[in-house]
Amino acid sequence: MPWTPFYQMAEFFASDQFRTVLNALNSGFLVTLELFCVTLLGALPLGLIISFGSMSRFRPFGWLASQFGLTPKGRVAKAICAFRPIRLVTRLLVWLVRGTPLVLQIIILFYVPGMLDLFTWGGGETARFTAVSVAFVLNYACYFSEIYRGGIQGVPVGQQEAGQVLGMTKSQIFFRVTLLQMVKRIVPPMSNEIITLVKDTSLARVIALQEVIWMGESFMKGNSGYSGLVWPLFFTAVYYLVFSGVVTILLGKLEKKLEFFR
Amino acid sequence: MAILQVQHLEKHFGKTQVLKDISFELEKGRALAIIGSSGSGKTTLLRCLNFLETPTHGKILVEGQTLFDAEAPATQKESKVRKKRLHFGMVFQSFNLFPQYTVLKNVTLAKELLAKERPDYKANKKQILEEIAQEGRSLLQKMGLEDREGHYPHQLSGGQQQRVAIARALALSPDILCFDEPTSALDPELTGEVLKVIRSLAEQNTTMIIVTHEMAFARDVADQAIFMDKGVIVERGSARQVIDSPREERTRQFLSRYSKS
Repeated sequence: MPWTPFYQMAEFFASDQFRTVLNALNSGFLVTLELFCVTLLGALPLGLIISFGSMSRFRPFGWLASQFGLTPKGRVAKAICAFRPIRLVTRLLVWLVRGTPLVLQIIILFYVPGMLDLFTWGGGETARFTAVSVAFVLNYACYFSEIYRGGIQGVPVGQQEAGQVLGMTKSQIFFRVTLLQMVKRIVPPMSNEIITLVKDTSLARVIALQEVIWMGESFMKGNSGYSGLVWPLFFTAVYYLVFSGVVTILLGKLEKKLEFFR
Repeated sequence: MAILQVQHLEKHFGKTQVLKDISFELEKGRALAIIGSSGSGKTTLLRCLNFLETPTHGKILVEGQTLFDAEAPATQKESKVRKKRLHFGMVFQSFNLFPQYTVLKNVTLAKELLAKERPDYKANKKQILEEIAQEGRSLLQKMGLEDREGHYPHQLSGGQQQRVAIARALALSPDILCFDEPTSALDPELTGEVLKVIRSLAEQNTTMIIVTHEMAFARDVADQAIFMDKGVIVERGSARQVIDSPREERTRQFLSRYSKS
């Protein structure tokens, strides 16, 4: 009978096992989705702030010297006057965060405050979610900040100068002139990073946050009376594929929308 | 009295000195051409006038009022500089139009933002914006671009873009309009249409400083000319005299390359 596999499949989709697993995976995916949204909402603005920091030209010692009408002479004095603390601190942070695995950052953020008696995240799912969110926001903000920096520095200097000679303020130049040109430039690299985020959310299971992979795996170990089931874990791929597909389409639309200028 | 006085202007970039003791005056309604080879400091001079560079020494006065004094840091505060810039208009070699705005918006944007600072802005918002748009349209008409107001810069030719940039600079009615090699990025055909616009501005007695490599144009349009070399003014005089019968050997040498081609 050529139809037999289809009957078997239909039977399977109607089975209690399938429904139980699907419910569990759905609830796990909801956590995944939440983590994704919180990370984006936090990291998109925080990344911009960090990018400003890493481009900061604030030189406290040079500024002080100029206030007293001094010009630095000698190598040491010049180096001190050229010192940009904000830039140094932010670039150090970006190096630390980008230079270590996100998994490690999640583990450290979750366990170390308690080990050092600083504070605890509390117990339960909410505490895990908060700790993981902080790690994700910080991590992604650092990656985003470098993308922003590239986008801002990629806008020709002439644009800023045109704004200046027209008497615009610094913030007017940023919001009215630079920003949209920067957004247009960063959409492709941002898309890359956001698609990676979709899948990186699975790292949260390292501190047992019950996201979709954790749920899928639980049916191998034992959950709701089922154990030794392998297919739920594989089935989680469907969620990621659909989700990243939707994200790709949305970002593609944004890219199209920005095509009205060059 | 001269509308613009530049006194002993100097500019250093690190150890290299790009401008050395530059002094000149410009009368209202006159056009001044600055000629010279690349790297002679012409562009830096214009950029100093527009506060895009901070001169190391010297003074800039407009209508007798000190706009910039290297010895007085108070004249260099960002908040004050912003308003002072409005005495000067600038047309760049590379146009620098805002790509995300239409032609009309490019012309009106700065004026709209300035209008926001007016105390009566909130009450008469609609009327003010309508006035600004009307002024923008009439400027575009002067530039022969009335049918392009809804276009985006990338949809225009280089010559049209530069004319929009001129309209944008004129929109703020600057005392002195500066052109930094306005036709150097254009082919000869497009150069013609931009020069025509600048010529008509000269006929309307717009005070202008034009940095250019178009010698015939400079001679016909400008009243005065300055020849610069290695950061100093080598020769100055009426445009016709400097370009047609230069006194200095260095000027002759520079101009001989133009007559040959």
